[in-house]
Amino acid sequence: MDFNAAELIPVLPEIFILVLASTVLLVDLYLRDDQRGLNHGITLVGLLIGIGLILALGGGERQIVLSGSFVRDPMSDTLNAIILLVAFLAFAYSKDYLRDRNMLVGEYYVLGLFAVLGMMIMVSANTFLVAYLGLELLALSLYPMVAFDRDSKAGAEAAMKYFVLGALGSGMLLYGISMVYGGTGALDFPTVAASVADQGLDNKVLVFGLAFVVIGVAFKFGAVPFHMWVPDTYQGAPTSVVLFLSSAPKIAAFALAIRLMVDGLGGLHADWQGMLIILAVLSMGLGNLVAIAQTNLKRMLAYSTISHVGFIFLGLIAGTAQGYAAAMFYAIVYALMAAGAFGVLLLLSRKGFEAENLDDLKGLNERDSWYAAMMALLMFSMAGVPPTVGFMAKLLVLEAVVRVDLVWLAVVAVAFSIIGAFYYLRVIKLMYFDKPTTLEPITVGAGARVALSVNGLAMLVLGLFPAGLLGICQAAFA
Amino acid sequence: MGFEKFLFYVFAAITVVSAGMVVTRRNPVHAVLYLVLCFAATAVLWMLLEAEFLAIVLVLVYVGAVMVLFLFVVMMLDVDQAALKAQFIRFLPLGLAIALVMLALIVLVVGPANFGLEQFAKPAPAPADYSNTESLGKLLYTVYVYPFEIASVILLVAIVAAIRLTLRRRPDTKYIDPAKQVRVRKGPDRIRIVKMPVEGKVEAE
Repeated sequence: MDFNAAELIPVLPEIFILVLASTVLLVDLYLRDDQRGLNHGITLVGLLIGIGLILALGGGERQIVLSGSFVRDPMSDTLNAIILLVAFLAFAYSKDYLRDRNMLVGEYYVLGLFAVLGMMIMVSANTFLVAYLGLELLALSLYPMVAFDRDSKAGAEAAMKYFVLGALGSGMLLYGISMVYGGTGALDFPTVAASVADQGLDNKVLVFGLAFVVIGVAFKFGAVPFHMWVPDTYQGAPTSVVLFLSSAPKIAAFALAIRLMVDGLGGLHADWQGMLIILAVLSMGLGNLVAIAQTNLKRMLAYSTISHVGFIFLGLIAGTAQGYAAAMFYAIVYALMAAGAFGVLLLLSRKGFEAENLDDLKGLNERDSWYAAMMALLMFSMAGVPPTVGFMAKLLVLEAVVRVDLVWLAVVAVAFSIIGAFYYLRVIKLMYFDKPTTLEPITVGAGARVALSVNGLAMLVLGLFPAGLLGICQAAFA
Repeated sequence: MGFEKFLFYVFAAITVVSAGMVVTRRNPVHAVLYLVLCFAATAVLWMLLEAEFLAIVLVLVYVGAVMVLFLFVVMMLDVDQAALKAQFIRFLPLGLAIALVMLALIVLVVGPANFGLEQFAKPAPAPADYSNTESLGKLLYTVYVYPFEIASVILLVAIVAAIRLTLRRRPDTKYIDPAKQVRVRKGPDRIRIVKMPVEGKVEAE
């Protein structure tokens, strides 16, 4: 086989992030304890350069390189850039929180960057093997991040649960992939897709494998009934890690679902549609109902994640280009919302104090009206109140399922999202109409303040002018 | 039944039985030893598939290195057997039900009907001078170079994660610094030369 160095050009963003992570790892060795902030700077600048690289190299025709392992197409360009952007926000919010807890060490950034690399690999995977390896790289980086606070019993327990259930999910996925390999004799998506189109539903092995692939994907998404790890992990992990865990990986999970189930097993759509409908209805129902009963804000947002995953599935269920674009729009918007909501929690936490209960938000308006306004925007967006972008996202996925004549599913989704609106609005009520328990001012660095303002206002701006982002999403599936 | 088929069934049976033993043994050390047996029997199955290199790697790496390390860990940990057993009995019915359903599905799907010789023709036996070490190496570094590199990154992450989670600098631990040992000089480090004023001569009497 000839090797052409030009084949590496589309892979440059991935290579750059790998070099960045290794650089932080090495630089950290030579830093004194009071210089650890340098890691933060290198990481943020590096992520921006990465976004620039993706934009510079992206666009144009779909390219498949490295013996068919790697694909660069409009979807991978968009999702990779947004993953880097969300990771940028996640790191920008976390600095003060990490420093107060003696966790501002190089390993945090190294593991975070490797997780980003894993997500990028998943997004641009063109074979089952590469998608699986990217997933493992992401998961293996996230497990130690959950246990990053080494002296926290809750953190260790959360990491253990996440690890065991994550390993089980990976096992399921791998078993499914092995069945698909048995049924088609290939691992790369184009060949598998051709073979599936050839054999269709007659091949029992394929359908059997598909069930396991769907279970594996659902595990990674945290969809009901494979959601058991989500609330415990969110509650036990440090808030900065939850912020990281709940935002960008959801985009990567969406990409995984598209690559595996649409690019690879798209021919079996009729089969996985039924499975996803069950997962979506259960996720929206259980997520929204159980979230009402939570007093811990992190746990509440965990159940809210589960319900949003149900909505992302709605777009996939439709099985049309419009549906996939709607699901992609939803996944991106959700990642931004989650980053902002956990960002507010991070900024409210101080040394020796974790803001994680609903009561900690009481009277936030009197303490800092700007943050209260940003949090209100984020909550309205999660609830799907116009004119925020959350409304647009919900509208688009609902439109997609209605167009394929699944009106009952849309009705169920609307009913559950109305139930869900209760607990988001309760947060707003606590912030604006309750007396604060403490009047301590919120001290935050200027960088995080700007980042959070941009993040909150983006909910409004994207909601008023959704055409740009929506156009990009539609172009990815044109 | 040819000799190869006979070998296959013997070692497949050993694999399945020892895998079952791994799960059911009370003593964790026994469980680990059965796992070693399971790997060894699997290596023979791979040998029957003419994957000699992989079979030997399985024995060397898994049996030789990983499992021995595992054995050390199991021997050092003090596992509370009674607590584990209580959970085991509680969830046994549910676990058994799921396992049986899965078994039924697997038997239905993974059988001669779907994986028989009609679906997959028997590959031609490799010539005697065929080296599957060489072809494996060639494939790994050409067609599969991208997944191969990702796998190496995963190993790097595992190293970083393990160090982050376990390495602590504790000032009270006593440890040996070989560099310091080498640099020790006889002069001020090991012996102290004390200058003492000479005592006055003892008067001869």
